Amino acid sequence: MITYVVRRLLVAIPTLVGVATVVFSLLRLLPGDPAVVIAGPQATAADVNRIRHQLGLTQPIWQQYLGFMGRLAHGDLGISIRTGASVLEEIFARAPFTAVLAFTSLLIAITIGVTAGVIASTRRNTGTDLGISGGAVFGASMPTYWLGLMLIIVFAVHLRVLPAAGSDRGPISLVLPAITLALFSTGLIARQTRSAMLEVLGQDFVRTARAKGAARTAVLIRHALRNALLPIVTVIGLQFGTLLGGAVLTESIFGWPGVGRLLVDSIGSRDYPVVQGVVLLLSVSFIAINLITDLMYAYIDPRIRYS
Amino acid sequence: MAVPAAGQLDAPIVELAVASTTGSRVWARLRTHPSAIVGIAILALYVTATLLGPLVFRWSPVHQSLADSFLPASVSHPLGTDDLGRDELVRLLFGARYTLLLGFAAVAIGLAIGVPMGAVSGYFGGGVDLLSQRVTDIVLAFPNILLALALVAVLGVGLTNVIIALAITSIPIFVRLTRASALSIREQPYVEAARALGVPSVAILFRHVIPNSLAPVIVQASLQLGAAILLAAALGFLGLGVQAPTPEWGTMLGSSRNYIFSDPNLATFPGLAIFGAVLAFNLVGDGLRDALDPRLR
Repeated sequence: MITYVVRRLLVAIPTLVGVATVVFSLLRLLPGDPAVVIAGPQATAADVNRIRHQLGLTQPIWQQYLGFMGRLAHGDLGISIRTGASVLEEIFARAPFTAVLAFTSLLIAITIGVTAGVIASTRRNTGTDLGISGGAVFGASMPTYWLGLMLIIVFAVHLRVLPAAGSDRGPISLVLPAITLALFSTGLIARQTRSAMLEVLGQDFVRTARAKGAARTAVLIRHALRNALLPIVTVIGLQFGTLLGGAVLTESIFGWPGVGRLLVDSIGSRDYPVVQGVVLLLSVSFIAINLITDLMYAYIDPRIRYS
Repeated sequence: MAVPAAGQLDAPIVELAVASTTGSRVWARLRTHPSAIVGIAILALYVTATLLGPLVFRWSPVHQSLADSFLPASVSHPLGTDDLGRDELVRLLFGARYTLLLGFAAVAIGLAIGVPMGAVSGYFGGGVDLLSQRVTDIVLAFPNILLALALVAVLGVGLTNVIIALAITSIPIFVRLTRASALSIREQPYVEAARALGVPSVAILFRHVIPNSLAPVIVQASLQLGAAILLAAALGFLGLGVQAPTPEWGTMLGSSRNYIFSDPNLATFPGLAIFGAVLAFNLVGDGLRDALDPRLR
């Protein structure tokens, strides 16, 4: 197992370097002189010069790159042009909000998605199955941002039972954003669970377990679900990326003060060091989650460790 | 063995000839697939609305009339008017063409780059494969919307840049799928035979490898259309997509946020339109998956 973990960690390194390189190049993709673009139309020549020096744009490109990577290795993501604070501090001040939102949504999506998928697979081709499968396609086709607005209209405008925006009312302000963010992933997890379960339910060992008189739920959970887990875990791992991305939209709709909203605000104010920092950090989290998913495979299915 | 009479032989041959054209076989299965029918019906409705809408309603989608702002639904404005007095239904009808254009253009570019890249990668292997694998790994390490947002943030907003951003996010999946098929196809006897006959590699790629690896690619293309439309509208919603006054659905939804308390209808309809389009492509994608590979049903 340890060899497997080490090997997977080593494989992730070139991807991390690549992601950092893409993030570095972002600033250089700006049409024209980045310092002029960032400073904005009202800037004086002195402002432009200050930004040029602040971003190290006076150095040759390879020196800029090595400097960027070197600072990154020390956890230095640069300084926000708007606030003057360190980008890392800005992000860490918001990260807990995004983490709470994403994990709550993931929990909702896994609980409802897996349960619905298992139920649909045991009632294959009945009304229940059709309802769940149809609901799953609906959920996966629903624009997150629209669902958010509709929930605000119903629960905040008409029923007045939940707050429309913000995070200052404790857990109750989490309800609408978490549901909004979870819906898409719930649909995909339900679909994957259903098809993975159907594949396993038709197999001999399930029939054997039933024949020996094992309880219905025991067969479903201990025999069938356990063996259907691999593709389900894959989808759940991939959903984490969707959730991190979806958080950008959900946070803007609900005024949730997380990293996603920081990203959208920073794009609006052309604060590119912050944009780079957020994109980098969210992508690295995604890589880390994928790594954990891979390690979970190896835990669930010993064959993978030795291949 | 007795030689069958001509009549006996004819029937199965005719059947075989019909069944052997993949297109008609897939269409026959698709036609009886409930979700595919619903999907195709929705798409047909959208295409009809796009083509006929502007002929039926004479209003311009960008014609402003502040005196007519926030009108409720009426005979002359079936869905009312928006904050600038523009007819909501006409804007939605015109919006369909932008949404479909964004989706199709992004997926077409994704296919045009991703499929050959995946085929070359899987067929030749070696250094080319390693390089393309690493590049796709890196692009896939970014959550889609994050990459698209970062790209429009630096390239600038507008139709072309949105299409570029969406295309880049959809290339890796096509590379992966085509590569996986190409890996098994290159071991097939017919490819070996072509090689033995001295057919040049490029011809083998385009005549054998790519056509035979298309089935999963077609299914993914349909699903990807839905994903691209969703993403394009998300960019518009954040004000980073196709810019106003162009009646793009995401952009319309984004600007409706300011009036969500006073006129919630303005948020409802563009969202429904996006939802319908994405749903249609997802349903057709499901149908295609079952039609191309009945074992998975």
